[in-house]
This record gives sequence, C-alpha cells and structure tokens, in this order.
Amino acid sequence: MKKYWPIAVAVGLLAIVPFVTTSNVVLNFLITTLLIALVGQGWNLLGGYGGQYSFGHAAFFGTAAYTTAILQVQYGINAWVGLLAGIVAGALVGVVIGVLCFRSGLRGSYFSLVTLAFAEVLRIIASVTPITGAGVGTLIKLDLRPESFQFQSRVPFYWIVLIMVALSLVVVRAVENSRFGAYLVAIRENEGAASALGINTFAVKLAAITISAAITAAAGCFYAQYFLFIDAAIAYGPRISIDALLAPIVGGAGTLFASLFGALVIKALGEATKLLTGDAPGLDLVIYGVVLIAVVGLAPRGIAGLLTALFRWPFRTPAQPERGNG
Amino acid sequence: MAESLLVVENVSKRFGGLVAIDRASFHVKTGSITALIGPNGAGKTTLFSIISGFLPTDDGRVLYDGSDITAEPPHKRARRGVARTFQIVQPFATLTVRENIAIGSHLWQRSRAAALDAANHVALAVGLGAQLEAPAATLTVAGSKRLELARALAIAPRLVLLDEVLAGLNPSEIRDMVPVVRELATRGMTILMTEHVMQAVTALAEYVLVLAQGRIIARGTVQEVAADPGVVEAYLGAGAAKRITAGTPHA
Repeated sequence: MKKYWPIAVAVGLLAIVPFVTTSNVVLNFLITTLLIALVGQGWNLLGGYGGQYSFGHAAFFGTAAYTTAILQVQYGINAWVGLLAGIVAGALVGVVIGVLCFRSGLRGSYFSLVTLAFAEVLRIIASVTPITGAGVGTLIKLDLRPESFQFQSRVPFYWIVLIMVALSLVVVRAVENSRFGAYLVAIRENEGAASALGINTFAVKLAAITISAAITAAAGCFYAQYFLFIDAAIAYGPRISIDALLAPIVGGAGTLFASLFGALVIKALGEATKLLTGDAPGLDLVIYGVVLIAVVGLAPRGIAGLLTALFRWPFRTPAQPERGNG
Repeated sequence: MAESLLVVENVSKRFGGLVAIDRASFHVKTGSITALIGPNGAGKTTLFSIISGFLPTDDGRVLYDGSDITAEPPHKRARRGVARTFQIVQPFATLTVRENIAIGSHLWQRSRAAALDAANHVALAVGLGAQLEAPAATLTVAGSKRLELARALAIAPRLVLLDEVLAGLNPSEIRDMVPVVRELATRGMTILMTEHVMQAVTALAEYVLVLAQGRIIARGTVQEVAADPGVVEAYLGAGAAKRITAGTPHA
C-alpha cells in the first residue's frame, strides 16, 4: 500500500482547498484544471506508458459528453446513469478505434494521424446530425438537484472531479505495478522485442486504449454536467485533444502525476496570459505551443523528470550504478 | 518429445524479385547446438525471422515439436518455448537490466515481484549480476548482447535462436561468452545460432548448416563443411576451391 501514499498526499492537499476558500474564481480554476488532468490522465496511460500517441482523445471525451447529454435531453434518463453510459460509450469508441488501428498495424505518427482523423470525422458528424443538436449544440436542462448531477454551488462539483482524478491516479498506479503495465512499457520501448518475449501486443494495446478512453470519457461526462452545454467544436474539437496530450507531456509523460502537474502549469499559464492580454482569442494556444517546444527541447521528461533530477542531485551516487547483486 | 525439435520444410521467401530463401529444408535435433552459417546476405536473419514468426513464409512449413507453427504470430511461438535474440540489439532502453529481463519472466509469473526476482537469477546466469540496476541504454556492446540472451532465457525456452550474439565482441569477450552459450545446451535447451565468428562455431556447434544465396548448400560437422568445395566457393568466389587445392591462391 505504500506505493499509494503519494496519491493520498496530493489528493489530501487538494481536498483542503474548499475548506480554505469558497471563491468561485479559485474553485472554477481548480475544477477546470482537474478536468484537464483527468482528460490527460487517460492520454497518459496510452501515450505516456504505452507510447501510442493519440491526437484524437476528443473522440472519447466528446462521445461521452454527447451520450450523457442526449440521454438526458432526448430520453429523460438520469444524469448519473448517463455518467456510466457515457464512460461505457467512450470506452467502446476506444475499442473500435483500437481494433481498427492496431489490427492494421498502425504505429507512431500513422496512429496519431488516424486518431486525429477519427475525432475530426466525429466532429463533422456531430455538427450536422439532428440528435446532437447539429450546429446549435445540446443544452442540458437546468435542474439543480444532486440526483440530477447538478449543484447550486461549485463545491460538490469540485469534490466529484477530485474523486474522479483520485480514482484515475489509483488506476494508473495499479497498472504501473502490474504485469499489464510492464508489458505496456515494453511495447512503448520496443514492440518487436516485446512480441518476441510472448507479449500479445495487440491485446495489450487494445486494453490500454480502452482504459484510456474510459478515463477521458469520465471527464467528458463531467464537462457536460458542469457547463450544461456542448456542441461539436467543444466535444470533438482539437482543443480537447491538444489539452489531453499537452498536460501529460508537460508534466512528464509516463509518470503517475504527469497529467496533474501539467494541467496545473498549463492552466495557470493560460489564465495568466488572459489576465495580461485581456483575453485575446487564441493567445493562450500560442503560449501552449511555446511551452510545448520548451518542454520537449529543454526538459523532455517534463516536470516529473526535472523534479527527479533535482531531488536526486544532492544524493547522487557515483557514476557507475553498481548496486544490487541479486 | 520429438527427435527434431525444429523442422523447416521447403521454406521460401521472396522480396519482390529477390529470392531471399529458396526451398530451405533442415532439422534441428533436440538438445543440440546447430550453427547456421553463410556469407553476408545469404538469408540467415530472414530465415530466423521466419522461424520466430516475424516474417511470413511464401511457401513451405515450420514445425516445432511436431506442431505446424507456420501461421502463428511471434508471441504464440514464444509461449510454446521459442526464444530469439536480435542481431541488432533491441533493448527496452529506458528500463533497467532487471526490468528488461523481468518482461520475459512475466510470461510465467503474473506478479511483478516474482518476475523481478526471477530476473535476478537469469541475470546472474549470464553474468549481468553487477548491472542489474543499470539502464539498458548504458550497457556496452558485450553487455547488450548478454541482455539479449538473458531476456530470451527469461521466457524459459526450449528452442533458442541466437542471431549473431557474438558479433561486435572482442576476442576476450567472445571467450567469456562461449561457455555461457554452451551452458544453455547442457541445461537441455536446443540452440540454433547464426554466427560469423568461426572460432565460436568450431567451439560450440555439433552440426553446421551452410546457407548461400538463400539455399542450404552444405550440412554436416564443422570439418565436413569446411572441406566442402561448394562452401569455400560460396565464401571466396567461383574457382577458389580449385585454386586452393592447386596451391596457387589468387593474388
């Protein structure tokens, strides 16, 4: 269990916030940050640990958001049921994209481009199909009751997204310490060598994209309930796919807290940019681009890599790691 | 257990117009060390890739322990007990030596702790005990070759395909490595190896297959094969055998 204490510390610190402040600005900032952290944690499992760089995680986010919204608006189904249905629907899209891509052996940038294409196709379909509200979008009816997954205050939303992030951290930590996780990393490092060692690389990648999609889908459902409005550009637009990969890459892809660290940094930068420039449209994206270049160029292992280096520095052992002898 | 653990029957492979393997047939006796030798470009690695499932054959069959595995993907063959090393080493670069080997151990060990523990034993057996915690990317050529071997052994194979595990090593490293390979055979594994280092082939192989331009042109003990005029010509060019026996090698 001692492998889970960092999660307890991080979540514990974040859990203090609502007791310190109920400022809507602070809570709103943290809720959207945690939302991005959740979206990115899904990406981190597949991209960071598995080395399969998806450019289209919006496909899972958007499908989940639309599923829960449409179930409520068109069929009057409870929002909590919608949450589960959304996660399942997002995971199913993950299975479909996974089977199509991995069965045909798409790797590297080919996989990235095809995932991007899937998200874009879904965006275009959603922007013309009547059931999604087409170009107008879908508005979830205001019904501020907990049983409808809607709340008067932002505090309960904060708790819910924090619990979701905590669960995603636990899932990823459990994967890290499992055979499945070891196989996933082996595939990232060298797929040919992995299959020579008896790893069914297709099955492992498929499982990874399914879990990854489910995590990102949970964020999609939360988004729909928090903002009560989605349209094709929000749900399936490239913006969410970019957030999904930017947060964990900035944080240090393939490490547990990558997405949480990264989301805090990019959201803080985004807000600071808005304050300084008076909300010039798109400027935060420019900043994101600069940050991404800086991270890839200067700290390819992200914030986690920098922290590890800093933490190890005073205790650095002699150059040759000659410890341990079985 | 079949007398021949591996049987290759009439295997052919074409890359466009190039016939890389031309109706190759041979047996590898259970428990033996067999060497597959031949000049550069003879098709040794292609044949290895076919046996381990990384390349499909155009024709012919591969039988392992009596079962036809021609259509099986690599991971299923590995589960049956076929392990291979790669001529160009393929480490999981960011993982430590122990973690690299544990990926192989996981085939039979579900738990992370048990796999890492099993990896320790394998590392000791191939002489990597001192580098357990070193990242694979920091190993020397000799270390990387040992790691290739260790990972293959971690899946507890019955047939080990060694693709030039000695290439790139200096003479003293080769001397260190030869007993490691021989030890595998004494532990009951069947070994098929490609090798350019004839010193090692002579020291290890009970049986030699010679591949040239995709065809098996000779087979037998090292002495028999070395005396075969066809083999000499395959390496040194047409007419070389005659010139050598006439005692007037070409200047």
